[in-house]
Amino acid sequence: MHLQVSQVSKSFGTGRDLKLVLEDISLELVSGQFMALVGSSGSGKSTVMRLIAGLERPSAGTIHLDGEQVRRPGSDRGMVFQKYSLYPWLTAAQNVAFGLSLQGRGKAEIRERTAYFLDVVGLADAARLLPKELSGGMQQRVAIARALATEPKVLLLDEPFGALDLQIRESMQEFLHDLWRRTGLTALLITHDIEEALLLAGTVHIMAPRPGRVVHTVDVGLDRSDLRHLRVSQPFLELREELASRLRSLDGSLL
Amino acid sequence: MASPPTLRRLLSHPWVLGVLGILTVFLFWLLVTSIGVVDKLFLPSPAAVWEAGSSQFQRGILVNDAMASIRRVFLGFVISAGLALPIGIAMGTNRTICHLLEPLMALIRYMPAPAFIPLLIIYFGLEELPKVMLIFIGTFFFNALMIMDAVKFVPSELVETALTLGGRGLPILTRVVAPFIAPQVLDTYRINMASAWNLVIVAELVAANEGLGKRISLAQRFLRTDEIFVGLIVIGLIGLMIDLGFRFLMRRACSWAN
Repeated sequence: MHLQVSQVSKSFGTGRDLKLVLEDISLELVSGQFMALVGSSGSGKSTVMRLIAGLERPSAGTIHLDGEQVRRPGSDRGMVFQKYSLYPWLTAAQNVAFGLSLQGRGKAEIRERTAYFLDVVGLADAARLLPKELSGGMQQRVAIARALATEPKVLLLDEPFGALDLQIRESMQEFLHDLWRRTGLTALLITHDIEEALLLAGTVHIMAPRPGRVVHTVDVGLDRSDLRHLRVSQPFLELREELASRLRSLDGSLL
Repeated sequence: MASPPTLRRLLSHPWVLGVLGILTVFLFWLLVTSIGVVDKLFLPSPAAVWEAGSSQFQRGILVNDAMASIRRVFLGFVISAGLALPIGIAMGTNRTICHLLEPLMALIRYMPAPAFIPLLIIYFGLEELPKVMLIFIGTFFFNALMIMDAVKFVPSELVETALTLGGRGLPILTRVVAPFIAPQVLDTYRINMASAWNLVIVAELVAANEGLGKRISLAQRFLRTDEIFVGLIVIGLIGLMIDLGFRFLMRRACSWAN
């Protein structure tokens, strides 16, 4: 798997209302890599993800996935949103099965894969529950299982834990890290939370707003054998503070 | 004897309170008519209304009238609802269609449907067609515009999730948009059914051989206020039953939305 974003710019509107939201973004993501884009709101980080997903088209530059140009959404790029991530009228299992049945896979295969991926996210017991009967964290786990079930080459996560309580968010970060280690998935995470990015991603890009651009890149070389410990370890806290002050100096807003 | 807390809980139950409200008005009616402060020609007693009702029922007029009115409402509303669904969805999903039709529909919506009656009589005579058309005109534009709104409020995330799972076009309409708007569509139908039911009575007041509205206008001619009351109460009861039917359907079919 090789995702290449080359010199992508994006502007919305026309004429006098033309607004440049992304300027000259270049990124590269390979199999098994976990990358994060961090920035304040308005830094265009979600737009980068929507461009990769094919939900928007770049104004300039190109995006290639395994040599093929991205022109429209497809199941090779699974996506998890922050809000409305599940279909409220479908059970957890039916949500996981949704993509598979859209692709017209056989009944037996759908049943088998649904059970497998619900099990992967630890929700085999919740198969028959409706989203409203699940906690926020469980809902996001189902959404991740649904995105994984169609076997995407890359998983796009758009602030997936942004709406969760702090404690649940921490356990979801541990869950995602564990999932990444077990399955070797490739992921691109969008977040405004520096701690989340440093905990999970091997490469962290810091984005600045007006227009959105990557201003700093960190390769995180921390020992991730114990996330709980890592969270409070000295090198981690120092790195976090360094990036936080960098972000503060960028747009003057508190993070 | 029920202890005070149980009694209070019983009294605060919505059904009990609802019945209590109706019962109060009924008792007031009974009281006013029994002490004879109002001429019974103007306000007949509950007993007289019951008498007139059962007489109409025994002669088969009541069921016949009710069926005639229900048939017109059903026919007009099924056509209206059936056409409003695809057109409302098309307006909600396609910008061009929306810009083309919304101003037109918003304009016609504000023309009172009963004002079309003279025109409909000139065009279609005095048979069933003008009455069915009136119900169609009076409900179609509301149905279509309200369905359009429901479609516009489908969260983009739900559609985009389907796109990133490999979905396209029609399956997104049938498997994402349709289930999401189903509760609002049923509610739209429930609300607009009330105006359909109003309009059929108006149409029958103007011209008809049978129907609950026709019976009321005949009763007026002979100063039979008791029969007017029968008509009003039956109309109200049938309307309420349709409303409850829609609510029941919504609870059964869209339990996820409650």
